[in-house]
Amino acid sequence: MTEKKYLETHEWYSVNDNEITVGISDFAQSELGDIVFVTLPTVDESFSKGEGMVEIEATKTVAEVYAPMDITITEVNNKLDSEPELINGDPCGEGWIVKGSIKDLDDIGMSYQEYESFIS
Amino acid sequence: MSSGGNASSLPLVGGLPEPTIKELSKPGRRSFNYPALDVPEENIEHEAIKTEKAPLPEVSEHDLVMHFSRLAHRNFAVDLGFYPLGSCTMKYNPRFADWVASLPGFSNTHPATPSKFSQGSLEILNVLEEYLIEITGMDFASFQPPAGASGELTGLLIIKRYLENNGFDEKTNIIVPDSAHGTNPASAKMAGFNVVEVATDINGLVDVNELKTLVNEKTAGLMLTNPNTGGLFEEDILEISSIIHDAGGLLYYDGANLNAIVGVSRPGDMGFDIVHSNLHKTFATPHGGGGPGSGPVAVKEYLKEYLPGPIVKKVNDTYEWYQPQFSIGRMHGYHGNFLVALRALAYMKLLGKEGLDNLGSYAVLNARYLASVLSKTLPLAYAKPCMHEFVATVKELKKSHKIKAYDVGKAMLDKGFHSPTIYFPLIIEEALMFEPTETQSVDTLDDLAHSISLIIEDLKDNNQNLSNYPKNLPVGRPNELIPAKHLTVNWGDFELLEITE
Repeated sequence: MTEKKYLETHEWYSVNDNEITVGISDFAQSELGDIVFVTLPTVDESFSKGEGMVEIEATKTVAEVYAPMDITITEVNNKLDSEPELINGDPCGEGWIVKGSIKDLDDIGMSYQEYESFIS
Repeated sequence: MSSGGNASSLPLVGGLPEPTIKELSKPGRRSFNYPALDVPEENIEHEAIKTEKAPLPEVSEHDLVMHFSRLAHRNFAVDLGFYPLGSCTMKYNPRFADWVASLPGFSNTHPATPSKFSQGSLEILNVLEEYLIEITGMDFASFQPPAGASGELTGLLIIKRYLENNGFDEKTNIIVPDSAHGTNPASAKMAGFNVVEVATDINGLVDVNELKTLVNEKTAGLMLTNPNTGGLFEEDILEISSIIHDAGGLLYYDGANLNAIVGVSRPGDMGFDIVHSNLHKTFATPHGGGGPGSGPVAVKEYLKEYLPGPIVKKVNDTYEWYQPQFSIGRMHGYHGNFLVALRALAYMKLLGKEGLDNLGSYAVLNARYLASVLSKTLPLAYAKPCMHEFVATVKELKKSHKIKAYDVGKAMLDKGFHSPTIYFPLIIEEALMFEPTETQSVDTLDDLAHSISLIIEDLKDNNQNLSNYPKNLPVGRPNELIPAKHLTVNWGDFELLEITE
């Protein structure tokens, strides 16, 4: 499993062989506040880079999670259906959102240090 | 400091919550008795006939009136204090207009009355149409849409039908700025269009260069409010208008911010083809709480036959109902909210031409004054002078003291003022959007600015628990999470609430 990389749209991803795991950053969950619903994609659905995959509804707004690279969904975090607050509590662990297979690694994300200076 | 718009003197007897009307209910109590049956009883047999009693609350008339009066006193209203809710134009609603609407000749007329017996009511709509098209620079109007968002949907359906009738089936995209009211993309989607977003530049205006790259043969139109939601006048509107028209698209004016320009400039002259007006904002009819509004849609002559009908037509000296040839259909029963339209006409008559000519200018003057005083405490989102509203931000205070726009809004309620609009427009972080309107005095504006400076000092205090606010109101900070996740709409379904807590 590679180290987490971050995007300007506040997703994180990590890659293990051809499998990518995607979630949102701690900064993103704190900006959103209490998360109420997560609309997950279905397994085998494909998204091209930059396309919205997931809708996260918080009490004050709705945000999208964008595909960090071309991805075909292999697993979704079904726990989020009943416990969307997992994203608030542990955005980089238990609160992961989708896993997917990738053909080509388009590894353009920022390191944690770079992301930290991006958000401050 | 004291001012006409400060509601902090509002008394509250005791600290108890108001019981629900179900809790006040006792079997057999009545507010109203039906007279004895004086016609032969008919036995109706139908599966929809219920035999058990409806579980309605049973209270005396006095208990009923006291209950709802107490609830009303717990509300914040335009009649109690300053309500600077951005994008909503919460101005004073003159009592005179209510008196006019209460006249029995108007209030007791059934909307199905044949036109030859309701000439006066038809004349009201005709005269108001004339005034509205003069103010907005359009040619014809329909009064059916009961609100702004309904006006938007009406306008988009007109665009759709017009394009279809003229064989432009490839035109499927509506361009909407990223600063737009959320109803704009929603209306475009509902009308069956794709939404294409155009960005706002660093000065807070539509990015014209990006707009040029987004416009193509698929462009059906653009929705725009001018001034925009940042409170800034779209100075490139004539260029924007020709970019859209050159591509064969139509321009839709979201009239939510019309108050800024009444008497100064007109959407029709800017190139807009369709305009909705919010009579409950710009023309001072009662507003909010889901009560009846009115969002008449006005169009240029070439779109007249697409308006929702029937509309009023004057033939010689009489008024008739007229059904436009390609009408998109009805947006409301009968003729929209007639008594709201009547109040708007009463307001226009009350102001007269001189008053209407100055309306926009005074609204802008008040907003610029408040912006200038407030900017000593809260930084403004844009450097350009504002129109009728402006956006401040607590972005920096959030970094330094964890103060959010939400906290400032809640603390303002404690000081006797309604909160501004918060977290809108979406493109500005920790936004607070103020719209004072022209009906507040300079003393009230000074009082608000002073109160906000006290609030910021108070919130900066490190020992302060920000979530304590509001402290002085009948209801504290509501829990927004539980009801959003587990909506409980029926009295008695409290079990679920306890579980989730």
